[in-house]
Amino acid sequence: MNKNKEKLLNSRYRAEKRFQFYGKSAIFLALLFLTIFIFKIFSTGYTAFQKTWLIVPVTFDAETMYLDENPSKEDLEDADYFDLALQTMFNLDKSASEKQQNDLKRMVSYFFEREIKRELLNDPSLIGKTKDVYLTASDDLDQVFKGNYPRDLPEDQRRVTDYQLKIFDQLVEQGRVESKFNLSFFTYPDSREAELAGIASSFMGSIFSILVCLVIAFPVAVLAAIYLEEFAPKNRFTDFIEVNINNLAAVPSIVFGLLGLGILLAVFQLPRSTPLVGGITLSLMTLPTIIIACRASLKAVPPSIREAALAMGASKMQTTMHHTVPLSMPGTLSGTIIGLAQALGETAPLILIGMVAFVNTIPGSPLDPAASLPVQIYIWAESAERGFVEKVSACIMVLLGFLIIMNLFAQIIRHKFEKKWS
Amino acid sequence: MNLVIFIFIVLLGFTSYYFGRKKAYSIQATNTRLTALPQFYGYYLAIWCAIPAFIIYSLWAIFEPSIVKLIILSDYSNQGYLDDELNLIYEKTKSLSRGQFSGEITTYLETSAEKYLNLRSIAQNSKVVLILAIIIASIVYGYKRISSNNRTREPVEKFLNAVLFTASLAAILTTIGIVFSLIFQTIDFFKVIPLFDFIFGTHWYPAKAFVRDASEPLDPSMYSDTFGAVPIFAGTFFIALIAMCVAIPIGLMSGIYLAEYASTKVRQYAKPLIEILAGIPTVVYGFFAALTVGPFLKDIGTAMGLEVSAESALAAGGVMGIMIIPFISSLSDDVITSVPQSLRDGSYAMGATKSETIKKVIFPAALPGIVGSILLGVSRAVGETMIVVMASGLAANLTFNPLESTSTITAQIVVILIGDQAFGDPKTQAAFALGMTLFLVTLSLNIFALRVVKKYREKYE
Repeated sequence: MNKNKEKLLNSRYRAEKRFQFYGKSAIFLALLFLTIFIFKIFSTGYTAFQKTWLIVPVTFDAETMYLDENPSKEDLEDADYFDLALQTMFNLDKSASEKQQNDLKRMVSYFFEREIKRELLNDPSLIGKTKDVYLTASDDLDQVFKGNYPRDLPEDQRRVTDYQLKIFDQLVEQGRVESKFNLSFFTYPDSREAELAGIASSFMGSIFSILVCLVIAFPVAVLAAIYLEEFAPKNRFTDFIEVNINNLAAVPSIVFGLLGLGILLAVFQLPRSTPLVGGITLSLMTLPTIIIACRASLKAVPPSIREAALAMGASKMQTTMHHTVPLSMPGTLSGTIIGLAQALGETAPLILIGMVAFVNTIPGSPLDPAASLPVQIYIWAESAERGFVEKVSACIMVLLGFLIIMNLFAQIIRHKFEKKWS
Repeated sequence: MNLVIFIFIVLLGFTSYYFGRKKAYSIQATNTRLTALPQFYGYYLAIWCAIPAFIIYSLWAIFEPSIVKLIILSDYSNQGYLDDELNLIYEKTKSLSRGQFSGEITTYLETSAEKYLNLRSIAQNSKVVLILAIIIASIVYGYKRISSNNRTREPVEKFLNAVLFTASLAAILTTIGIVFSLIFQTIDFFKVIPLFDFIFGTHWYPAKAFVRDASEPLDPSMYSDTFGAVPIFAGTFFIALIAMCVAIPIGLMSGIYLAEYASTKVRQYAKPLIEILAGIPTVVYGFFAALTVGPFLKDIGTAMGLEVSAESALAAGGVMGIMIIPFISSLSDDVITSVPQSLRDGSYAMGATKSETIKKVIFPAALPGIVGSILLGVSRAVGETMIVVMASGLAANLTFNPLESTSTITAQIVVILIGDQAFGDPKTQAAFALGMTLFLVTLSLNIFALRVVKKYREKYE
């Protein structure tokens, strides 16, 4: 009898242990996913912050550029650098056949002409002299140099020819290949060529969208929250508004995209693909988030504050505007930042309003067509070229960096400025 | 020009604030008792100055283009043009007047363009004059009201109250906007495609319905067997199911562990870390699923002799499940923590172990809340777009094999609407019909879930 009891007790304890183990492994799994995830993004992305340059000797021959003697600054601006640039590349292998010359040309980005021009404009006295110039390597060679590209594939399955590899290896041996910090990733707009593609255009697009979103959503949401929390009579209509807000918070983001498309673009005829429309769409999406956060922090202000103000003869409006609202601001602001962080990561609604269009200029205002960082991730992820894989990961790192900063900022505001009332 | 008027009104508003306050001080100086603080006099005058002007300004901005259009097109009214042609003529006139027109310029167009420019300048001038007049009239009126020792606090506060109330309508307006943007296109869609075909048809090939020439009459038979939504409904359901198979066990168990077992320290770190998963943008998950999980599953499948598509429902659903873990774990954590301690104490007093208490007492008590959190998770899964677009296929296959690719409602909306859209085309309208379906499904899920959670909360509060 006793033995049976003990057996039962033991099996109950084992069940207890098992249950705890399940709980622990669930948490472990969730954290494992997070770790794998972050590790994967960083391991594929960090190389994008380096860029491979070919250092090529350029002979600034006035004749190849069709320049007269003693050219003025304007002459240098207008001169033809293409032949010079081509000649420079062909000089790498003087015995190259026509097809090989073409390969030589494709070892660098199509910006090579501009890079040579910039060098000469910086120092016009270079005419007639030879100087080593840094040229952006093509993205395939860039990937080869970083070790992301398998060299042992058969030639017809590779985008780099054997000839290009041979010349490239010669250059590496001569120390004429160098890897430097990839500044152009941050300063160039999007491009079809992976080696020249940067996040400047989508970054500005994101900034403009978020600003528009902030300008619209913040005031409206705060005013609405003040009304609902402080002034609204308790009746059916207020309940209806509340139900509406709660539901909007859970409507899938793509539906807001359809709203933007069907109302903002089709009815109001706002310009397509612009951060203005994107920002308005996102603001409708973040509105409920901010309203809910603002109401929660208004609710957290103790009634004694209101009663004290009312007792001193302040009107209801004065009490609210002078005392309750300022005290609730830390919570509201951190809620707003979290809402904006959500909006910053949103992709689907922006795709629907046309912010996926290829934009290779940096937008100067919310009315210029633009992409945004998450949309840029989508665009690059969909392109086949290998060079874009690391760019996507790098872009994700930038985006995640921003989200982390915003969330930290929200935390700091909450902890530093929020008053504890107990 | 509009910006100048706008700034002008704002500046005048500010100055009239100071005038109003000054007036209040001067009244005070005569030893008359003010009925409100001086700044209320300022606000009062500023509101009188700016608000009527703004109302006129915005009404003008809304109605001017359509009135100008009406006048311009009245010249063409009795020549038997169709509406579309009239619109085209108007667009041509506008671009000609801006000097950007590149087509053939007829005398008709030229006169219209001249008339257009004329009208615009008349409109612009009269707008400025009208707004100025309104401002002057309303300032004078407001100033007079102040002088006669009027009460200013009440109207100012009433005005503010009205502003607050209007802002709170934004949520309702957004909902109305969503419904409006969806409903007209949806109705048009069902005029061409019978509702029955949409709900029960098993072939979904929107690519077949290429953009049609607008001048040709619409032939519904062209679209038979094109917009049968069963494959995408099934795909949506299937991917959501896979996601929940990942999210429910992990999310629920970690919620229970955090609420009942974890020490304060573990809780303090583990909870925010898990919640990071909810903050990662979905496009990032999509990239992760497409780049890592998809090929990984494919490799495993090949090693086991299975044929796995690189874009499988399993990859999309699994990654989506990871995304939903924190929703379920946080919500069920909250629900479990709010179960009254007395229930636990009662159970322990009877000699139950902790896990028995959880399974037999706390879990049943928290069940409604947990169901609510799961339903919210399902609604997330149904509405999730980017993961499916990037990691599962775009072709709508009717399959329940997790190793093949399927598509969802959201993914199809993106597929149809990416790039240029032609409104009035059944293909575009199909996307809106799908959006309507999605909206209704998630709305009912949310309402149901929130109701369950609320009911539960009331029980223990």
